[in-house]
Amino acid sequence: MASITIDGKVFEVDEKNNLLQECLSHAMDLPYFCWHPSMGSVGSCRQCAVVEYANEEDQKGRLVMACMTEPREGARYSIAAAAKFRAQAIESIMINHPHDCPVCEEGGECHLQDMTVMSGHTYRRYDGKKKTHNNQYLGPFINHEMNRCITCYRCVRYYKDYAGGTDFGPQASHDNTYFGRWQEGPLESEFSGNLVEVCPTGVFTDKPFSKHYSRKWDLQSSPSICTGCSVGCNTNPGERYGTLRRIVNRFNDEVNGYFLCDKGRFGAEYVNSPERIPVSMTRDSHNSDPVQIEPALAKDALKKAAKGAVAIGSPRASMEANYALRELVGEENFYAGISANELGMLNKIIDIYQNKPVNVASVKDIEGSDAVLILGEDLTNTAARLALGVRQSAKNLGRQMGADLNFPIWHDAAIRQLAMDKLSPLYILSPHTTRLDDIAHTSHISSAENSAKIGMAIAHAIDASAPAVEGLNKEEQALALEIAETLKSAKQALIISGTSSLEPALLDAASNIATALHSGNSKANLALVCSESNSMGLALMMQGSGKSIDEAMSAGAKTAIVLENDLYRRAASAKVDAFINSLDQLVVLDHLKNRTGEQANLVLAAATFAESSGTFVNYEGRAQHYYSTFKPDSNIRSSALWLSDKHFNEITADCAAAIANCAAILELTPGENYNFAGLKVPRQHHRYSGRTSMRANINVHEPKQEQDEDGVMVYSMEGVPAIKDAAVLNSPWVPGWNSNQSIFKFQEFAGGPLKQGSKGQRLIANNSTEKTWYEAGTSDFSAEGYKVFPVYHLFGSEELSAYTPAIQEKATSAYVSLSPEDAEKLGLKASDGVQVEHNGAVPFVVRKAIQPGTVGVSVGLKGLNFQDMSAAIALDKAAEWKNPDLWRAANIIVSDKREERVD
Amino acid sequence: MSINNPLTKNIEKGRAPFTFAEYKAAGGYQSFANAIKMAPRDVMGQVKDAGLGGRGGAGFNTGLKWSFSPDPDGLPRYLVVNADEMEPGTFKDRLLMESDPHLLIEGMITASYAIQATTGYIFLRGEYTVAEENLLKAIAEAYDNGMLGKNIQGSDFSLDIYLHTSAGRYICGEETALINALEGKRANPRFKPPFPQVSGLWGRPTLVNNVETICNIPGILTYGVDWFKGLGLGDECGTRISGVSGRVKNPGCWEMPVGTTFRTLLEDYAGGMQDGYELKAFLPGGGSTDFLMPEHLDLPMIPGEVAKAGSRLGTSLIMVLDDKTCPVGTVRNLIKFFAHESCGWCTPCRDGLPWVEHILNKMEEGKGEMKDIEILKEMCGYMGPGNTFCALAPGAAEPLQSSLKYFMDEYESHVKHGCSYKSH
Ligand SMILES: Cc1cc2nc3c(=O)[nH]c(=O)nc-3n(C[C@H](O)[C@H](O)[C@H](O)COP(=O)(O)O)c2cc1C
Ligand code: SF4
Ligand code: SF4
Ligand code: SF4
Ligand code: FES
Repeated sequence: MASITIDGKVFEVDEKNNLLQECLSHAMDLPYFCWHPSMGSVGSCRQCAVVEYANEEDQKGRLVMACMTEPREGARYSIAAAAKFRAQAIESIMINHPHDCPVCEEGGECHLQDMTVMSGHTYRRYDGKKKTHNNQYLGPFINHEMNRCITCYRCVRYYKDYAGGTDFGPQASHDNTYFGRWQEGPLESEFSGNLVEVCPTGVFTDKPFSKHYSRKWDLQSSPSICTGCSVGCNTNPGERYGTLRRIVNRFNDEVNGYFLCDKGRFGAEYVNSPERIPVSMTRDSHNSDPVQIEPALAKDALKKAAKGAVAIGSPRASMEANYALRELVGEENFYAGISANELGMLNKIIDIYQNKPVNVASVKDIEGSDAVLILGEDLTNTAARLALGVRQSAKNLGRQMGADLNFPIWHDAAIRQLAMDKLSPLYILSPHTTRLDDIAHTSHISSAENSAKIGMAIAHAIDASAPAVEGLNKEEQALALEIAETLKSAKQALIISGTSSLEPALLDAASNIATALHSGNSKANLALVCSESNSMGLALMMQGSGKSIDEAMSAGAKTAIVLENDLYRRAASAKVDAFINSLDQLVVLDHLKNRTGEQANLVLAAATFAESSGTFVNYEGRAQHYYSTFKPDSNIRSSALWLSDKHFNEITADCAAAIANCAAILELTPGENYNFAGLKVPRQHHRYSGRTSMRANINVHEPKQEQDEDGVMVYSMEGVPAIKDAAVLNSPWVPGWNSNQSIFKFQEFAGGPLKQGSKGQRLIANNSTEKTWYEAGTSDFSAEGYKVFPVYHLFGSEELSAYTPAIQEKATSAYVSLSPEDAEKLGLKASDGVQVEHNGAVPFVVRKAIQPGTVGVSVGLKGLNFQDMSAAIALDKAAEWKNPDLWRAANIIVSDKREERVD
Repeated sequence: MSINNPLTKNIEKGRAPFTFAEYKAAGGYQSFANAIKMAPRDVMGQVKDAGLGGRGGAGFNTGLKWSFSPDPDGLPRYLVVNADEMEPGTFKDRLLMESDPHLLIEGMITASYAIQATTGYIFLRGEYTVAEENLLKAIAEAYDNGMLGKNIQGSDFSLDIYLHTSAGRYICGEETALINALEGKRANPRFKPPFPQVSGLWGRPTLVNNVETICNIPGILTYGVDWFKGLGLGDECGTRISGVSGRVKNPGCWEMPVGTTFRTLLEDYAGGMQDGYELKAFLPGGGSTDFLMPEHLDLPMIPGEVAKAGSRLGTSLIMVLDDKTCPVGTVRNLIKFFAHESCGWCTPCRDGLPWVEHILNKMEEGKGEMKDIEILKEMCGYMGPGNTFCALAPGAAEPLQSSLKYFMDEYESHVKHGCSYKSH
């Protein structure tokens, strides 16, 4: 800490931060553009200027950029003395700006608007022509309106330097500097959507949002959690007139920080899909036409059906919904709704998290690691935000190099220029190349079982008491030793694996490596990725039991209740068909039409995350609560409330009490009785418009203020907004700071954790220091045909987001990936298709790095059901082939090493 | 020891530059043999004691600048010669490189030894194709004769030199932007600290020096510090190349003792103003320096004295403004250049200069307003030293601010009557 004087007042500051950050942390309004807490300082915009005085006598001082200044003990500064310069800076920044706020989608949450006002520029003196630019088509996610650019360079610093994108950058120079792609075309980065929030102006705006735009102040919003994957990024959805309009990031310093992936941001519009189930329905038989049924009758029917029914839970439904179902049918009749293999892997993850001497890694932990091993997980496609975190971890070597020369941590450009291409080590073992190859020290192509073996060898090399393995070739033995050495010498090693490979031995290996690394007080970071937003919660609910969907289907029940789950994504079609045909009654609660629901005798219209509350548990075992964003139509209810007559809070409390490890889910919200001076937390902004008129066509009387399931928030503009220490922070806003930048006012220090600490609760406690090992497997794979490995797509593989138009545009139809040798063996020409055993024909791509004899089969994409695959399959050239309309080969970016794909 | 023109002694108009053999015969490549007998830090010390100021514009003591680099750690470090020479009105480095390339190469070898550089780069202005050709030839000759490459002249010291021709922007002459450009990145300057001496090219210790600066090294290490000190007038050390452009009888550049006055340069070397033209003002050292007036002609061309008169010596190639040329138009041309050459990184330069250009265009077209003059004045302070990311914009503001000081009447008359000079 140092004590400095700013305009005569003394402040205690942290010298590790820059002066701008400290000014903001101490509630001073100092305008800025180019600085970003996650990206550090570069000093280009000159908006954060202050005056620094050399000593007590110095009257004149010199102008410095606060963001590039290390606050030093005893130093004296003035913000006021640089006011004129800052006014000049904003005035000249604005000379080319179109001033089209009324038609600009940034308007009302625009950092440029805020800073213009704050810097005191109110009158235009420049009377020349403004510069204009062409705009580019950048794909389905992002609009480009370059005329609004103020050349702050944040976009490129984010896109290239932070997120590792390669297809976007600054072009030309002087006041003609242009930010775009080398030619029009979709942005390739899976994190492009953050440009919307990183850009302080309306250059990059959310394209799907444009189609049904509403001002920030007219959006009803609530704290929510992304349903896209098991990371559980914190989001802030916005709604108006009953439709979900957009998703923006909600800061959580341990999980997503300031950034989401594009599936999270653009993949939630399934809430508005025409495929939604709008009302509850009944069907006489599995294939007759449905008939609408009133909610009250539907609920009665559900209750009646519950007796003797098997219940199939869901990894994408909340803890509350799963628990309510379990209560409805009794624990003995409740099944997990996922395959035995996946449930087994999840149970194993819980066991590892609980009983092995490891540190379960949050995204923040991932970013802080300095040597990383990824075992068989294609992170960019299965848990994208983690991949972005790994990219940051790779920069730690450079940060260390900078620290050795006393470069401040925020001096981003200096660190990059010093480090050049020197990166902290990252090793990837995977059956195919991935989007992290560009930062990987080594990306080794190997099947999941073989990777598990290498992993076991690594653990053994680190700690000889870990079991050894046989059968690795020389090259792989050497690789294992190299990785072991690297991990051992790291300050904070990180192992990442997960369930997507479908190979339990990989988890064993990951656990053994992390365990082997434990010594003294230090524990290795370990992140084991799951497949869905509440996979982990569902596994906790099962409390170690192996009651999978396979068991549910063979339980012999005549009635089944299926919660938010399409069984055809969990088991082979023939099995599911047989199961459904064996039932007298199939009850489905879901929000979107799917193959299972289409055969249900009773369908209950279930609310999505946007219309309901609940708890998800992410891959770390972190429970997080999401509040409904808007009240659904009266025909739609949250699954938990369909399944139970209790108050929502009661369900949470019962679940917390009944399920081991889950007690803390009760602490995620301030509770049903929460109020502040008798008032609740409003979802609507205090500037919300149309309050009295928007429903006037229905009824001129204002409706009664409605409270949510949790009892914490209200669907109203009335109440105590989350200004400072609010327990619940939806859309940050403070006077003068209308944009997302206002978040710093809610942080302990600018860029730091939130004051109200709503990070969620880690459910799985672990004090283990004992080293116990998983045994190395012995089974060597042998089967006729091409050995199958799953290939995931960020856009299209996940069930719900695939209903979203923008995601569909970035997705493709199902396909297989083959080695060049095998493509030749099958006699495939570019225009051919591949006949896949147990399935129809699909298009293919050839990838150099795929091992001959193996085939990558896409998961979840339209045109092929991965559940119907066996471990090895026969392939043939398809007869009479024409590529399907949904086939978009250009959307498949297999690796950052582009030469890898053969087109 | 009677040499008094070490920079140009080998240069003869119309004759091809010396080959390696001719250069050597004329006493060249001695300095390395002398330097190698000393510890690198001592070579640095000699350069410092010689009082050699950088010839790239800022005039900082070269030996002192070198001494800021950390001790060698066995990893690569670099000498970069700044041969970008895009400062308006400046053409001295061109003369040196076209006419005596071995002098630069010898200087680079000796300088590299002093700073223990492992590789040298010449960052050459792209349009200098003759210099490129001659330098490449000379580099090849130096390799062939064991003056470059591994174990130079049997010593432990090895050096490679690469010539890089710039894709062409003025900002590439700024030493940190130059480094970025050399790395293949956008030519935006870098923030200092860290200085290039600590983290420069490829993140390694790097020294960037002007061509002429480096060309002074062979002399110092061949003939000694005292000789070098003796070259200057009065307390000044060494020689430098100064020159004149504009309506003088004999424009050009010449080597002369440091401390020579502007008047000597203008009247004796350049033959005075052309008939029918009078000296109205002059830019003492390139386009980015403040105007000086005829009353300043008797100042010696040394940085301190020029600074006292309110300007900078810069490159010491003066641009003459005559009485038949519009000062506002002259400034407009300069600003147009600087606005176009702004790298676009920081706001005052990127957006301030085009605004100034717009106003000056208005004035030249007779559309200026009195309030524009106020904006121009404000802009000078706004783009001043310390306010921008690099020195381009403050430099660009210099001719503007000094013209406002000396020629306010011209600005006012532009506003009232439009431009009265026919010839622009
Ligand atoms: C915009 C700008 C352009 C410059 N152009 C050149 C140039 O062309 N040649 C040069 O030697 N120095 C140029 N400089 C100065 C260099 O940044 C640097 O100070 C110089 O190369 C150092 O060499 P010296 O110490 O030998 O003088 C320029 C500086 C600025 C700000
Ligand atoms: S596009 Fe936006 S982020 Fe990029 S430089 Fe322009 S204003 Fe800044
Ligand atoms: S990483 Fe996962 S949780 Fe985060 S935004 Fe993307 S899909 Fe959502
Ligand atoms: S002053 Fe700023 S914009 Fe101008 S050249 Fe330097 S860094 Fe670039
Ligand atoms: S925020 Fe400090 S210069 Fe841009």
